[in-house]
Order: sequence, then C-alpha cells, then structure tokens
Amino acid sequence: MDIELIRQILPFLAQASVLTIGLTVCSLAIGLVVAVTITIASFSRMRAARWAAAAYVSIMRGTPLLVQLFLVYFGGPQMGLELTPFLAGVVTMGFNIGAYMSEGMKGAVLAVDRGQNEASRSLGFGRFDTMRLFILPQAAPLMIRSLGVNTVILCKSTALVSTIGVVELTYSAQRFVTSTFKPFEVFACAGAAYLIIVAAISLIVHALERAVDHGRKAAL
Amino acid sequence: MSLDFSVVPDYFGILWTGILWTVLITVLAGGISILVGIAIAVATLYGPRLLAFPLRGVVFLFMGTPLLLQLYLFYYGLSQIGIMLPAFWTGVVGLGLHYAAYNADIFRASLQAVDPGQAEASRSLGFSRSATLRFFVLPQAMLTALPQVGNNSIILLKDTAVLSVLGIAELVLNAQRAISETYRPFEFYFTAAILYYIVNLAMEFLLRKAARKAEAIR
Repeated sequence: MDIELIRQILPFLAQASVLTIGLTVCSLAIGLVVAVTITIASFSRMRAARWAAAAYVSIMRGTPLLVQLFLVYFGGPQMGLELTPFLAGVVTMGFNIGAYMSEGMKGAVLAVDRGQNEASRSLGFGRFDTMRLFILPQAAPLMIRSLGVNTVILCKSTALVSTIGVVELTYSAQRFVTSTFKPFEVFACAGAAYLIIVAAISLIVHALERAVDHGRKAAL
Repeated sequence: MSLDFSVVPDYFGILWTGILWTVLITVLAGGISILVGIAIAVATLYGPRLLAFPLRGVVFLFMGTPLLLQLYLFYYGLSQIGIMLPAFWTGVVGLGLHYAAYNADIFRASLQAVDPGQAEASRSLGFSRSATLRFFVLPQAMLTALPQVGNNSIILLKDTAVLSVLGIAELVLNAQRAISETYRPFEFYFTAAILYYIVNLAMEFLLRKAARKAEAIR
C-alpha cells in the first residue's frame, strides 16, 4: 500500500467523481422522460403504441449496454449522428435505463386503485389527463424504490463510458495506473469513490421515501 | 457514408466463434455466481459470526462498485502482487463473483422463506443440521430463487460484453476485429446486438420453462 500515492491522486479522483455524478444525473433525467413516455404508451388505447413500447423495452433490455454505446458512438457517424463521447454516453445510458425504469413505473401504475381511474373518467377527464393528473401522481411514491435501485445501477454503469474516452472515475483511474503502475491502490480508491456516490444515492432515496410517506400520512 | 450490410456475411465465422465464447463465458460465470452465491448465503445465515460479518462486507463492496472497475482491479491489481491469471479466467471469475454477490442476496431471502417446520421435522427425524440443509431446506430454497437467479443470469449474459476490454475474444471483441478490417462499425455492432438479442430470447425461453417446472414441483 502506497499511502503517499493515494493522498496525491485523491483530489484528481474527486474531480473525476464530479463527472461521474454529472453523467448519472444527466442520464437519469433522460431516462425518466423516456420511462414516463413508455409507461404512458404501454397503457395507451392504441395497440401500435402498446406494441412499440413493449418492443422498445425488450430490445433495450435484451442487448448489452456496451454494444448500444459502441453502436451510437462509433456507428452513429455513419448515420450522420456525430456526438461527443459525453453526449453519446448520456443519451445511450438514458435511453437504456429508461427501459428498465419503465418496468417499475408500470408496476406502480397498476398498483393504484382502479377506482381512481374510474372516478376520473366518469367525471369527464380524458384517458391522458386521467393518467397525468391522477394516476401518475399517486403512482409516483410507489415507484421511488425501484427508481432508486435503477439509479444505483445507472451510476455503476457510467464506468462503461470510459471505453469511449470520457474521463470519468474509471478512466481517470486507468490513467493514473499507466503513470504510476500501482493498479491496486488506484482502482481501490476509485472503488471507494463509487461506494460513496452509491451510498449517497441510497440516502437520498431513503429520505425521499420518508418524506413522501410523511406527506401521505399528513394528507389523510 | 451509407450502410452496407453486404460485408457482414463474410465475417459470419468470426461472429459465430464470438457468440460461442459468449455463451461459454455465460455458462462458466453463471455457474460460479450460483455456487458461490449459495455458499455466501449459507455462510452468512448459518455460519459463525466471525465469517458472516466480513462476508456481508465483501458482498456490499461487490454490489456497490462497477463491474468494469472490479475487472480492472483483479486483472491489473493481482499482477501487482505477483499473481498472474490469464485474462480469460480473470474475466470469468470476476464476472462470476460479481453476480455471486447479487445471487447471495436472493438465496438468503429464499432460504429464510422456507417454512421452519421443514427443518424442525427433518431435525426431529434425526437428520443432522448439514443434512437438513442439504436435503430439505436448500432444494426448496433453490426452487423459490430460480426466477430471480435466472433474471440475474440474463443480466450476466449481457455483461459478458464488458469482458472485451480485457481482450477476451467474445462477441464484441470479434465484432471489433471485423470492424478494424472493414471500417463498418454500425453494421457489425448492429449485427452483434441482434445476436445478443437472439441468445437473450433463447435464455428467457429456457428460464421460463424451468420456472414453470419449478412451480409445478412446488
């Protein structure tokens, strides 16, 4: 163990952690939009929309994220889509995690009492408005846990964008390994940084859950 | 540059070899993840506290850090302390251990879900603690765990792609070889994605069948 080395690289790894967090947050934002869209589509009256949503989820979950990433970043230019590594990473991970998140959302929507839907419909609200105004807001607290689990998975999968040259935690650790030849110390430090980020996500999710629970009890 | 899939059939051989290795890695790493997962679950539930506590810590470490980083740590870190493992086995064992952590959680929950009456009945019939676990509790827990462990195995299949970074010639690396000769990344990554999807569907089909059978036995 080379403690001096660890002390030296720590500030740089902390900086790289900021990029890892940035990747996670940006992908999460895209993922949530994608997931909500898929969830709405999968409860649509149009068979084509339901089918498209199911196909999307199946394909996204049925192929490796790494291959999707390479397809977008290396194959994209062939289709006239030239993205920076960061953007390619964020877009791919967002669309990928959105498929996983939509599963938890669907479950939460199904868990909302059917009477809510019937009441809203009989009051004259349209199907879309019913979903937007009554079902999704009530389903939201039920999906926090599964969204949290997916966010942790997302955070860990940001390591994959090191392969297309985004200098986040893993790539920056690799760089230090090539310059110091101390892989164990450097990768262990990077691992600790991931643990801290993941623990922080878990804490936020717990706090959110408690806050929502509290709000629900207060409302009743 | 437009798309031209006509070059893909020329490289069918190398892609086919890649998919075979991907399946082999999935089977090997999947086997490790299940066996080690069961061992961890049993040790943390029934083992001495001195063993259970550190094991939980290890599981936490495995679940809280990215697979890619763990692979780098094993591959480069072990060579630092003089242990030189071939890339293939580093990848297979690393992948297996990563998912062993996830499986251990599932097995632990399944073991705890087995009706305590089963163990009590077996013990009062004179079976030892280990025989009770082996013949009665574990088999029942395995049936409960099957769907979720199957799910993890499907996720593991997709994560075999990450092993390409260690230079293991599975599907992604072989696709990259074809790309380096043809400069057609989209075509080959797309083909690779389709092949993964097919293997994925086949695996889902087999697991559904197995799950139905397990349900029938229960």
